[in-house]
Amino acid sequence: MIRQLMLRLGSHIDGFLLAAISAVMLYGLLVLYSATGQDFERVSSQMVNIAVALAIMWILANIPPQHLLRLAIPAYVLGLVLLIGVALFGEVSHGARRWLSIGVGRIQPSEFMKIAVPMMLAWYFDFRQATLRIKDFALAALLLVVPVGLIVRQPDLGTALLIAASGFYVLFFAGLSWKIIVGLIAAGAASTPVLWSLMHDYQRQRILTLFDPTQDPLGAGYHIIQSTIALGSGGFEGKGWLRGSQAHLDFLPERHTDFIFAVLGEEFGMLGSLLLLLLFSIIIGRGLVIASNATTLSGRLLAGSITLTFATYAFVNIGMVSGILPVVGVPLPLVSYGGTSMVTLLLGFGILMSVQTHRKLVKS
Amino acid sequence: MRHRTELKDHQRELYYFRVRLAIGAAFVLFLFFTLIARFFYIQVIQHEYYHTLAENNRISVVPVVPSRGLILDRNGVVMAHNYSAYTLEVTPGKIKDLEKTINELAALVEITPKDRRRFKKLMEESHNFESLPLRTRLNDVEVARFAVNRYRFPGVEIKARLFRNYPQGGLASHAIGYIGRLNDDDLEQLDEAGELSNYRGSDHIGKSGIEQSYEKALHGITGVQRVETDAAGRAVRILSRTAPVSGNNLYLSLDSKLQKIAENAFGERRGALVAIDPKTGEILALVSQPTFDPNLFVDGIDSLNWDLLNNSPDKPLTDRALRGQYPPGSTFKPFMALAGLEYNKRTPSYAISDPGYFMLPGNSHHYRDWKPGGHGSVDLHKSIVVSCDTYYYSLANDLGPDNIFKFISQFGFGKKTGIDIEGELTGLLPSREWKQKRYKQKWYAGDTVSVGIGQGYNLATPLQLAFATSILADNGTVIRPHLVRAIQDSTTNQMRPVAKITPRQLPIKAENLELVRSAMIDVTKPGGTAAGAFINAPYATAAKTGTAQVIGIKQTEKYVASRVAERYRDHAVFIAYAPAEDPKIALAVLVENGGHGGSAAGPIARQVMDYWLLGKLPPEPVAKEKPEEGNND
Repeated sequence: MIRQLMLRLGSHIDGFLLAAISAVMLYGLLVLYSATGQDFERVSSQMVNIAVALAIMWILANIPPQHLLRLAIPAYVLGLVLLIGVALFGEVSHGARRWLSIGVGRIQPSEFMKIAVPMMLAWYFDFRQATLRIKDFALAALLLVVPVGLIVRQPDLGTALLIAASGFYVLFFAGLSWKIIVGLIAAGAASTPVLWSLMHDYQRQRILTLFDPTQDPLGAGYHIIQSTIALGSGGFEGKGWLRGSQAHLDFLPERHTDFIFAVLGEEFGMLGSLLLLLLFSIIIGRGLVIASNATTLSGRLLAGSITLTFATYAFVNIGMVSGILPVVGVPLPLVSYGGTSMVTLLLGFGILMSVQTHRKLVKS
Repeated sequence: MRHRTELKDHQRELYYFRVRLAIGAAFVLFLFFTLIARFFYIQVIQHEYYHTLAENNRISVVPVVPSRGLILDRNGVVMAHNYSAYTLEVTPGKIKDLEKTINELAALVEITPKDRRRFKKLMEESHNFESLPLRTRLNDVEVARFAVNRYRFPGVEIKARLFRNYPQGGLASHAIGYIGRLNDDDLEQLDEAGELSNYRGSDHIGKSGIEQSYEKALHGITGVQRVETDAAGRAVRILSRTAPVSGNNLYLSLDSKLQKIAENAFGERRGALVAIDPKTGEILALVSQPTFDPNLFVDGIDSLNWDLLNNSPDKPLTDRALRGQYPPGSTFKPFMALAGLEYNKRTPSYAISDPGYFMLPGNSHHYRDWKPGGHGSVDLHKSIVVSCDTYYYSLANDLGPDNIFKFISQFGFGKKTGIDIEGELTGLLPSREWKQKRYKQKWYAGDTVSVGIGQGYNLATPLQLAFATSILADNGTVIRPHLVRAIQDSTTNQMRPVAKITPRQLPIKAENLELVRSAMIDVTKPGGTAAGAFINAPYATAAKTGTAQVIGIKQTEKYVASRVAERYRDHAVFIAYAPAEDPKIALAVLVENGGHGGSAAGPIARQVMDYWLLGKLPPEPVAKEKPEEGNND
C-alpha cells in the first residue's frame, strides 16, 4: 500500500536528478551551518525553504508540460505588469527599485520572470514551430528585451543578464542562426562604450574593482579581496569544517548568502570546490539528457534553457566569489541561504522532471 | 508525403537541437574549467600568499602599554601617579556628523562645555583617524549606559586606560612638569632616537620638567600581545603575550612639605626660589610662582584654560627658577669680594671713603650708591653688610672685566648649571668677547663698573644664584645640582642612585671664604640689610640681599617705589645659606617687583630655613587658596 503510494507520488520525479540536487543541498546545509557560525536556527529555516521548494517542484513535476505552457502567456503578462508596477510604484531600497508592495508583503517580480520568460519564449516557438522565420526570432527577441530592459532600469544588472541569458538559450536552442549570434556578440562588443556610459556609478565601480580590487580595499573591493583570501588560504585540502578563520572572524561579508562559496572553498579547499562543480556537472548533464530526450520542441527548449541557466548561475556566482567576474547579486544555486532562489530553482527542476516524465504520454 | 517531410524535418530538427545541446555542454565545460583553473591558481599556486594574508587578517599584534613610573618626593610622598579609568573615545574620521554625535552622546554621558573645548583643540592637533578622548573618568553608570547604546555610535568606544595624575596639583608643577599627548614632533624625535617602536600604543609623553627629562626611565618597555581578532577588530582570544615592563619610579631630592611652605610664603607674589643641599647638590625646593595645575595638560588642555594660562601677564607657565633671567644685583657682591681677595686687589682691612658715588678717572659720570651721601669708611666686611655700591664700583674697576669674568664664571654664572631637567637658560656674565660679538662694540670701563654691583649686562637665573650660593656655602666645592635622588628599578625594586656626580673643588683660599662668610653672617645680624627677616633665628645664616633694577633711572631722578607702577618696581633678590658654620641648605629667592631683597625675599627664606633646620612650620598659611585654573591676577 505504502509502497504503491510512494510509487504514485514519485512517478513524476526524476530520481537521478533528485539525488544529485539533494546531494548539493545537503552539502550546502553543511556549509551553511559553518557560515552562520553554527546557527542551527538558520539551518532549520533553510530546511523549511528546501521543503517548500521541493513541494513546489513536486507539483510542477506532476503537471504535464503542455498544461504548464498554457500558463506561459498569463505568467509572462502578469510578470510584465508587475515589472511596470515596480518601475512606477516600486519601493526603493539600497538605491534600487526592485520591490513591489502588495498588501500582505512585498515581492520582487524580476525573480518571477526568471521562469516566466523562458516559458513564454518556449511557448512562442512551440506555437510557431511550423514556420520559424527571422521575424519569429525578432518577435521572440522583443519578448525578451522588454522585461530585461525594465529590470536593467531598476537597476538590477545581475538579474537582467541572467534572464537575458535564459531567454537567449531558448533562442539558441530554437536554432538562432550563427550569423546572428556572431553578429550579436560583435554588436555587444561594439556597444560596450555605450553601455559603459549608461551604467550607474556603482556598476562601473564593480567592474573597475574587478580589475584592481586593491583600488578600493575598504569599499567595493573588500568583498573580492576577502573572498579571494578565504579561497586561497583554504589551499588544496581546506582548513577543515568550522575552522575557516576568514568566515568565523567575520572577514567575509554576506557569507551565508551570495559569498557562501568562499566559506566552502576555505574550509574544504580545492577538493571541496571540485566536488561541488562535479555535483553541479551531474545535474547539468542530467538536464541536458532530459532536454535531448524531450519529445516536444517546447520541452526541449525549456529543459535546455533551464539547465544552461542553472550552469550560468553557478558560474557567475563562483566566478564572482573567486574574483574573475564583477560582483553581481547572484546567489550560489542550491547552497546560498534564501527561500526565493531555492523556490525558483526547484520550480525549474520541477519543469525538467515534468518534461522527462510526461514523454510517454505525449508519444502515445 | 507531407507527413514524411514533416518527420524528416523533425529528425533534422532534433539533430540540430542535439548539436546545439552538445555546444551548450561544451560551453558549460569551458566555463567550469575556467573556474577550476582559477581554483588551481589561487588555492594551489598562490596558496602561501593568501595563507599569509589570512593570518595577517586574523592575528594582530597589539602593544601593551607599560604603566608609567611614579614620581615621589624625598620622603616618598607621591607627586605623580597613575589610575585606571574609563574614557569615552571618538575617532572623528569614522563619524559623519561629529556635532550631532557628540550631542547624542551628551544625552547618555555628561559632556561639559570644557570637555567639548578640549576635544576641539585635540582634534586640531591630531590626525583624523586617531581615537581621541571626549570624556575621561566615566563612572560605572555612564559606562553601562553607553554600552547599551553602543550600536548607535560607530566610531565611539569606551576604553580602559591608565591616567596620569598629579595629586599635589600645582605644587612644584614646574619641576615635576607634565605629560601630554604625543604629537608629530614627538614622534619624529622618537623615530630619530630609535625609540618609536617602544611607543606603539602609547598616547602620552613627558612634555616638561622631570616628566620630560626622565622620560626614558619613566616610560618603561612596551609589551606585545598577539591577539586573534575578528573583522571588527575585536579581540577573540590572546595567542601569546610578552608582558610590558613598567617604568621606573623616581625619588626626588625635593621635599614636598618644604616646597609647599616655600610656595605659600610667596603668597600672591610672583617669583622663584631654589633651595639646594650644598653638600650633595640635591635640590630641596624648586619654586616658580605662580604655578599651574599640570593635570590640565594630561589629556589636552581646553582652549579656554590654555588661553588663560598662556595669556596671563603673570606667565604661570614660565619656569622662573630655570628660565627667569634677572640681574643678580647686590647678591653679586660676595663673589666680587672673593675675587678682590683672590686677585689681591683688596685686603680685609683696606677701606674706602664712600661719598655716595663713584667716578671713573677723567669722567664726570656719577655711579651712585643706593644710599645718598654714602656709607662713610667702608672695608670689605662692611661693604657686604651694608651692601655698599661704591666699594664694588671701584673694586670692579680695579679687577677689570677679564678677571671678573674668569673668577665669577667658576661659580656657574653665564652658563648652564647642568641640572637634570631641561630648559634652563644660561643667564649672562658679560665679557669683552661677548660684547664684541653681541653689539660689535668694544668694552668700556663703565661697563665694568655696572657689572661690579650685579647690574649692567649681568643676568642670572634663580637656579644659578642658588647654585653659586651652594658653592660658596660648601667652601668652593662644585656639585652639579639635581632633582632626582634615586631611581627605583621596577623589576627588582632596587634603588639605584642617578649617575655619579663628582664634586670639584675651586682653588679658593679658605681664609678668603671665611672672610666673606663672616660678612654674610652679619648681613642677618642687627645692622645688616636682612636683619629684620632673621631676627631671633637660633641658627646663624650667611646671606646677601639684592635689588634688581627693572627700569633705568635717570641720573637726576630718585627711585621711589611707591611712585613706580607695580610691574616696574625692582625685583627683590636674596641669597643665603645656613647654618653658616655647617650649611645644610643654600638658597636663592627672587620676588618679582618685590622691591628690596631683605624685606621682600628675606622672610620667605626665613620660613624655608626654619622648617628645614628646625622643623618649624610657619605661624599660619600666608597665602590664600591658590586658584588652580587660569586666573587673571
